[in-house]
Amino acid sequence: MDALLQQFFNLEIMAKALPLVLAGLRQTVVLCLVVIPLGLAGGLLFALVSLSSSRATRWSMIAAIDFFRAIPPLVLLIFVYSGLPFAGIRLSPLAAVAVAFFLNTSSYYGEIYRAGIESVARGQWDAARSTGLTVAQTLASVVLPQAIRNVLPDLVSNTVEVVKLTSIASVVALPELLYSADMARSITFNTSPIVLAAAIYLVMLWPVVRLVSRMERRIAS
Amino acid sequence: MDAWSRFLDTFFKRELIEQYLPSILKGMLVTVEIALAVVITGIALGLALAVVRAWRLLPVNALIVVFVDAFRALPPLVLVLLVFFGLPNVGINLPSFAVLWVVLSLVLAAFAEEIFWAGILSVPKGQWEAARSTGFGWLATLIYIVLPQAVRLTVPPLTNRTVAITKNTALGTVIGVPEILNQATTGQSFSGNATPLMMGAIAYVVLFIPVVALGRFLETRFAWRRA
Repeated sequence: MDALLQQFFNLEIMAKALPLVLAGLRQTVVLCLVVIPLGLAGGLLFALVSLSSSRATRWSMIAAIDFFRAIPPLVLLIFVYSGLPFAGIRLSPLAAVAVAFFLNTSSYYGEIYRAGIESVARGQWDAARSTGLTVAQTLASVVLPQAIRNVLPDLVSNTVEVVKLTSIASVVALPELLYSADMARSITFNTSPIVLAAAIYLVMLWPVVRLVSRMERRIAS
Repeated sequence: MDAWSRFLDTFFKRELIEQYLPSILKGMLVTVEIALAVVITGIALGLALAVVRAWRLLPVNALIVVFVDAFRALPPLVLVLLVFFGLPNVGINLPSFAVLWVVLSLVLAAFAEEIFWAGILSVPKGQWEAARSTGFGWLATLIYIVLPQAVRLTVPPLTNRTVAITKNTALGTVIGVPEILNQATTGQSFSGNATPLMMGAIAYVVLFIPVVALGRFLETRFAWRRA
């Protein structure tokens, strides 16, 4: 029991690792502020293209979305970060993460937006268009607000997944939360810094996970 | 050399494809084995937890909710590193594939419990009451009346979530599980060429495109509509 405490909940080591881990947390926050807006915007783009009236456009977008949903994000990230340099494209860790996350998260967000847009009754389109709104106006002021409200729990829950996913940036040596904690672990030969990082992820994400559960239950009932 | 042949030489070099095909195939086998093990234990544990939760014993349910929430909030890679580096220091030595299997099973169990539980809640109370009043026991009601209706609703979200979590087998590369990504990056660093990595990416697409497409089909077929 004592060994367990020493190994996982060593407060002394946690205190020593804290500055490093907090610096990592700052990087994680920066990373989220880059990849979440990018994914939300990219997802909207993916969704609109996948609802295009041209069959060829529609199917190629759906194929691309399924392709990026089939590849594990870590594989995509390693491909972008260490495969592309062979073709002369060398990206910094942050740029590589941004590119890989854009392709992966836009595909997931895109599917959610698409389900949302499809859940809005056809009559809403017809009514809005017949009052003289353009396609863009109809989308922006009539369809999207309803679509987003309908899939809000899914959007929030996917955002939780994206925040969790930023931990894989540690594999390409981007000094985010997990990377910093793992560094502290390898210096101290003690697992407590990773427990500290886990606690930080929990504090950040637990409230959101609870929120998602409640939103889902409210919509289900 | 023109751009096209340079591209081929970088990502699809013939000799390297032949050289690394066996190890990529071996990696695919490892990935499939771990993925299947995770799917079976994860979904079974998730279903078991949802059934226990239907008992509505307050302290037990509180524990289940804490477990589910924690495993939904923690990044799987954090858990993998925590278990892989932490356990040996307290005298428990698990091989790396076992660490990956246990961690991913627990993560899948957490998500599956939540989905099954939502399914169970979606069955109207009248179904329970009707079944109980015809003489069905509690467990028989759950098994014959409630679960069959609940599970129908859970198929599409459960499929998508299961695919997303089994893709996390790629995280095993970080702790040295010889799955696809691990074989591919090893091949890349030995050959100094991106071909093995491209082969690895293709291997994942070959394995996962069918399940992603299945998820898409189930979504339209079972139409998990909320509104």
